[in-house]
Amino acid sequence: MDSRDLRIIANRVRQRDLQAVFEAGAGHIGGELSVTDLLTALYFKIMSVDPAAPLDPDRDRLVLSKGHTALALYVVLAERGFIPKDEISTFLKPHSRLNGHPNRTKVPGVETNTGPLGHGLPIGVGMAKAAKLNNASWRTFVITGDGEMQEGSNWEAIMSAAQFKLDNLTLIIDHNRLQQGARLADTNDIAPLRPKLEAFGWDVEEIDGHDMDEICSALADDRVGLGKPKCIVAHTNKGHGVSFMSDNVAWHHKVPNEEQYKQAMIELEEAAL
Amino acid sequence: MNAPFETSKLHDCRDAFVATLERLGTANEDIVAVCNDSVGSSKLAGFRDKFPERLINVGIAEQNMVGVGAGLANGGKIPFVCAASPFLTGRALEQIKADVAYSETNVKLVGISSGLAYGELGATHHSIEDFAWIRALPNVPVIAPADRVETAAVIEWAANFEGGCFLRLSRVGVPDLFLEDHNFDLGRANVLRQGSDLTLIANGTLTHRAMSAAEILDAKGVSARVLNMATVRPIDTTAITTAAKETGAILTCEEHTLFGGLGSAVAEVVVDACPVPMKRLGVPGVFAPTGSANFLLDEFGMSPDAIADSATALLKRKG
Ligand SMILES: Cc1ncc(C[n+]2csc(CCOP(=O)(O)OP(=O)(O)O)c2C)c(N)n1
Ligand SMILES: [Mg+2]
Repeated sequence: MDSRDLRIIANRVRQRDLQAVFEAGAGHIGGELSVTDLLTALYFKIMSVDPAAPLDPDRDRLVLSKGHTALALYVVLAERGFIPKDEISTFLKPHSRLNGHPNRTKVPGVETNTGPLGHGLPIGVGMAKAAKLNNASWRTFVITGDGEMQEGSNWEAIMSAAQFKLDNLTLIIDHNRLQQGARLADTNDIAPLRPKLEAFGWDVEEIDGHDMDEICSALADDRVGLGKPKCIVAHTNKGHGVSFMSDNVAWHHKVPNEEQYKQAMIELEEAAL
Repeated sequence: MNAPFETSKLHDCRDAFVATLERLGTANEDIVAVCNDSVGSSKLAGFRDKFPERLINVGIAEQNMVGVGAGLANGGKIPFVCAASPFLTGRALEQIKADVAYSETNVKLVGISSGLAYGELGATHHSIEDFAWIRALPNVPVIAPADRVETAAVIEWAANFEGGCFLRLSRVGVPDLFLEDHNFDLGRANVLRQGSDLTLIANGTLTHRAMSAAEILDAKGVSARVLNMATVRPIDTTAITTAAKETGAILTCEEHTLFGGLGSAVAEVVVDACPVPMKRLGVPGVFAPTGSANFLLDEFGMSPDAIADSATALLKRKG
């Protein structure tokens, strides 16, 4: 699949995500729009996964540690055939398996239940370590938010990953510069991320997190044998694809009104290739 | 006594919390707020605008947040450490144990959006274990106010109390139950409604549901006492034994797992002091399905009608 095809899928995911947020009256639209391109590239180009065998022991693993953007994952899993596409309309409805944070016991394709920030990377370290112990070749990917990197548990895991030489582990930081209530710079400014990760013994690559070519080339880079875990700092925009949401902290979990919804849809439709 | 209460107007108790905190903060500059990127969800924007240097936002880092709170208390400050209850209590439990409870520091832990308040966000965001976790620790009173008046009174009490405490707040709208001049007394339950056939004990968002259940029972000729038991630790042993002796049956209702919460605390007193038939309503030891807080409370048998039905069934067990 080439970058053009991936962009088409990502655009479709954004539209479906936006519609579901509008209809459910809740969601985390900003962080969903910022992570969509990364998820699309992983599930449609990079990862070896099979919707017919979601628990295949040799599958590649993805942990969406920023679990509040579960909806984007659900839509991508639906596009990829893990769950029925029409199930997205049940998002947040009573007894739906699609609640606001992903649940591995209910949704095929989900590896672990996230929601409290700062849980995914330690689990990813365990997954990558298990692959090493098993002499298995599957890869582990973890996506965190940039605000999420303020959690100390991440830095404990960062040390473990380097110590264990987990070159089969890739951490992708969705670096959209915004957290829940404000910019990182005005809260707890952990940028620049690269020197911090490098100081802990990781290889770091910085990319435009909305450029499919850059995303794919950074993710495809299989580094087994090099002895270092890899971090991709993906420079993204919260709310990417919708002008009035983009880089605007108000849209962390705001829900568009009818007019805003229409406007946002028009923008996404115009961007469709 | 036993006049119907007004259920049509609902209030978010966070508003009473921050209004009180801002008022107290004006009079006492030692009062500070500590939070975890939760200025919005804790409704602290007003406090921040009034006292910018006294709003300490550590970012998304709850263990650090509680530790910082303990350090501020050591330096003479009165920190109100505010965060979504699941992350405050779950994530920072060891800090709460060692740095607040064991070290006996003057840290006010304010669990916002507790219980099932985050409904649809799922079980990671539900805080239905916090009574059990914090109640197991010495030195930290556990308090869940039932309406905006009691919330304001509890915040005022906490600011003057020398020591740590855990204040469990919700965001789910509740009607007024108390009169404006209500004072909070630690460890003292309030009789909100007199009754002689059985006693309903509740706190937080369940108190008004228990009150409605008592009205339903009243129409059926059953006289139910309602005790609002905001303090889960130290528990009001006297009110519980009096209720057991005078009404002969006790039904508890809580927005919490049945393992270790209000019902358990009441049952501990009942078995020791005055065994009578008891029924505990709450979340039956499962991770809740998707749904809003009010939907889930109904689902778990805590609609006023279902509470009344449980009371009727309990009465059959009375000797
Ligand atoms: C332990 C924990 N603390 C607080 C929260 C509440 N919360 C949900 S999303 C969020 C902000 C996340 O910001 P970031 O990681 O940058 O994600 P993004 O910008 O991609 O949405 C916060 C504080 C949480 N889910 N878990
Ligand atoms: Mg962010």
